[in-house]
Amino acid sequence: MSSADLAHERDLAQQRAAAQKGDLAPEHDGPRDTGLDDASLDRWLARTWQTAPGIIGALSSVDHKIVARRYLITAFFFLCLGGLSAVAMRIQLSGPERGLIGPDRYNQLFTMHGVTMMFLFAVPIVQATGIYLVPLMVGTRNIAFPRLNAFSFWIYLSGGLFAWVSFALDMAPDVGWFSYVPLSGPEFGPGKRSDVWAQMITYTEVSSLAVAVATIVTVLKQRAPGMSLDKIPLYVWAMLVTSFVIVFAMPAVMITSTFLILDRLVGTHIFNPAEGGDVLLFQHLFWFFGHPEVYIIFLPATGMVSSVIAAFARRPVFGYLGMVLSLISVGFLSFGLWVHHMFATGLPKLGASFFTASSMLIAIPNGLQIFCWLATLWDGKPIVRTPLLFVFGFFFTFVAGGLTGVMLASVPLDLQVHDTYFVVAHFHYVLIGGSVFPLLGATYFWFPKITGRIMNERLGRWHFWLAFIGFNAAFFPMHIVGLWGMPRRVYTYPAELGWGNINLFITAGAVVLFLSFVLFTINLVHSALRGAPAGDNPWNAGTLEWATMSPPPNYNFAHIPVVTHAEPLWAERDTLPVATGLRVDVRELVISTVAEAHPDVREKSATPSIWPLFAALAVGATFLYSIFSPWAVVWGAGPIAITLIGWFWPKGDPEDEE
Amino acid sequence: MKQRPAADLSELPTFGLGPRSPTWWGTLAFMALEGTGFALAAGAYLYLAYLSPEWPLGVPPPNHWPGTIVMLLLLASVVPNHILNRYAEACAMVPVRIGLLVMALLGIAPLVVRWFEFPALNIYWDTNAYGSMLWVLLGLHTTHLITDVGDTLVLTVLMFTRHGYSGRRFGDVGDNVFYWDFVVATWIPIYLFIYWTPRLG
Ligand code: HEM
Ligand SMILES: [Cu+2]
Repeated sequence: MSSADLAHERDLAQQRAAAQKGDLAPEHDGPRDTGLDDASLDRWLARTWQTAPGIIGALSSVDHKIVARRYLITAFFFLCLGGLSAVAMRIQLSGPERGLIGPDRYNQLFTMHGVTMMFLFAVPIVQATGIYLVPLMVGTRNIAFPRLNAFSFWIYLSGGLFAWVSFALDMAPDVGWFSYVPLSGPEFGPGKRSDVWAQMITYTEVSSLAVAVATIVTVLKQRAPGMSLDKIPLYVWAMLVTSFVIVFAMPAVMITSTFLILDRLVGTHIFNPAEGGDVLLFQHLFWFFGHPEVYIIFLPATGMVSSVIAAFARRPVFGYLGMVLSLISVGFLSFGLWVHHMFATGLPKLGASFFTASSMLIAIPNGLQIFCWLATLWDGKPIVRTPLLFVFGFFFTFVAGGLTGVMLASVPLDLQVHDTYFVVAHFHYVLIGGSVFPLLGATYFWFPKITGRIMNERLGRWHFWLAFIGFNAAFFPMHIVGLWGMPRRVYTYPAELGWGNINLFITAGAVVLFLSFVLFTINLVHSALRGAPAGDNPWNAGTLEWATMSPPPNYNFAHIPVVTHAEPLWAERDTLPVATGLRVDVRELVISTVAEAHPDVREKSATPSIWPLFAALAVGATFLYSIFSPWAVVWGAGPIAITLIGWFWPKGDPEDEE
Repeated sequence: MKQRPAADLSELPTFGLGPRSPTWWGTLAFMALEGTGFALAAGAYLYLAYLSPEWPLGVPPPNHWPGTIVMLLLLASVVPNHILNRYAEACAMVPVRIGLLVMALLGIAPLVVRWFEFPALNIYWDTNAYGSMLWVLLGLHTTHLITDVGDTLVLTVLMFTRHGYSGRRFGDVGDNVFYWDFVVATWIPIYLFIYWTPRLG
């Protein structure tokens, strides 16, 4: 392939002429990578793209890999907190009338568990994985809007800490993770607990939206030359669709939580039926976000599964086009299902039937994906390593969860088991099966890329079997005890009901599951320090992240790859075609066209900056203050404006000026 | 892995305007998510209006004149906004500076009138749900108005410094034009919601 295929020479000439007409400072030029030997190329690029040493340097970093690593560690930390709160709940429930945890603390525990798992673990960790992998997989040097990305991390970290500090102060939300009115409204929710929920949600979703925008633009505009739409890795497709779902779903929860705090803080009546408001409006708005949320967690997991399966079956995933179309249709359909969370509210019959039908419809594209994966494995010669074991665990668990989901989509059954442990069992099968198992598989799969070392296989197998057995032991009996009538969100139950033994069994399962995570942590630490060196491509996989070193250098690729195939490393086994002509003294990367990925512009990527951190602090302080006074918005505006100006004002780097 | 040069990008330009630049796409994505927020707030208004037998809950409809003046000012601003865009595309410094000054004034003017819009609603946010929704819708739009005027002011100052002579800055001007269009466009439905749905009956 020659450069003429990739860039339309005639357009270029025209653009140059146009640019020369205007009032532009004369264009600077600097050394290019063309013809540089490998050692000096590495020296140049490593200096240009480095994160400065020292604490200020670290706080200013905009390297997507560094930001992603922080995200991953923080999300893992919140998983531990969420898991510990689950263990505490399970110990309290292990027998009838135990006095370990009182009702008030229990309410805070299940709320914090749900909020932490959904908003501080599941969504951030899939986005963080994307922050790390998407730029590598599309063959670029940094994520789009790197400073926005850094900003999002500080928002996420401070929002999560804020929630858990309020728990330590006995001020944590106690009204369930979806915080329904009227329970959370001004009349029945005294104190600041529901305000903590509302502002923490609005605040952390800012970070999720920021990452979604950065991901979308990275995928649309920063793909390596030649990576047309039909050559994008399935994982990247999944992240793209997920990011679009986030863009259209997250505003709904921000509107919900903002309405809630307005009702509580300044006396609006949006959810107050006495003054023309409506409580069900809360549920509609919340679940307009809440159902897509499940797919925000699940779609990236399907992308991970596709990557793992392709690598271990040693062939591309069967039915690429079908896979992409089902990802997109799941994205669309996920917005048509929210009412199935509200069947117990007495909606009109016809409406309910519509949502039953659409809830069953979404099983079709999901089923299609599963068949494509099975076909891939069937046709390939799969090598069963730990990542693939977790994919099998995902198949089994997710299908089971999907079955109970189809059951719940029928209104009469839902009315029967509404708010019982049947529902708790169902959504843990979907969430843990559909997202945690794939994530664990993905960890074993991409850990070598991130650390340069392979995770211990024997510990990995132990981990898998402990997790799989523990999980099913903990959650399968919940279906049964739910059908017996045990409600969710109760801190205890009387002995006469006879639920004691089964609950003890459930708790034992939860402890086994917990131990599997201890083993996992040991494996992570041990392998990061002592694991076998991985090399660039330990699994002989086909996508671009494996074309560079493990861990990748700060500039990702010495030369931007040129893509001719959906699995570029399988198409070009010995030499990788690359592009040349980029500057090495400034942060330059390639902007390409949306559909064909023709290289179009040599764009500068933003340099490190401390201002995103300051902006996050200003925004965070404003949100914190707004729990106590609406004037926070007025007082906060000044500092926020100043930090944003500091962020965007050019400092004289070539990256800013040219 | 060994590498072999297959494409030479040295002749590519160093900036692109409009859809060629990532910033344009970022702006579009932010518009999409903010537009979703607007749509959901408007949907909440409709939902409550539909449920309530006597919307607007026995309150006299708002005085529409301040809102109408804002509408006219915003519509009028679209013309200079697009003239500014033309000059930004040509990277012509002097007309861009003038255009930005004009747009800054055309941003402040509706903001001043907006001040009189809130009392003209004839109801407070804490009177009833109808009042709450009016204040929410107007507040949402005002936030966007303030944000974009602030952005325009900073950009205007920036274009008067030496930092202005760069393709990237002219691209920023173009994106500011684009976002202002969004602020104008969102006002049309919100204006109709606030001032004319209560008059429907
Ligand atoms: C470590 C294993 C886990 C255990 C043992 C566990 C246990 C539980 C239990 C016992 C409850 C019900 C509390 C009650 O209703 O009284 C619960 C609720 C919940 N769990 Fe988990 N869970 C685990 C992991 C997860 C994960 C990974 C997620 C999400 C990704 C999750 C999301 C939720 C949600 C959303 C609720 C509902 C909270 C509420 O009622 O407001 N859980 N969990
Ligand atoms: Cu749902």
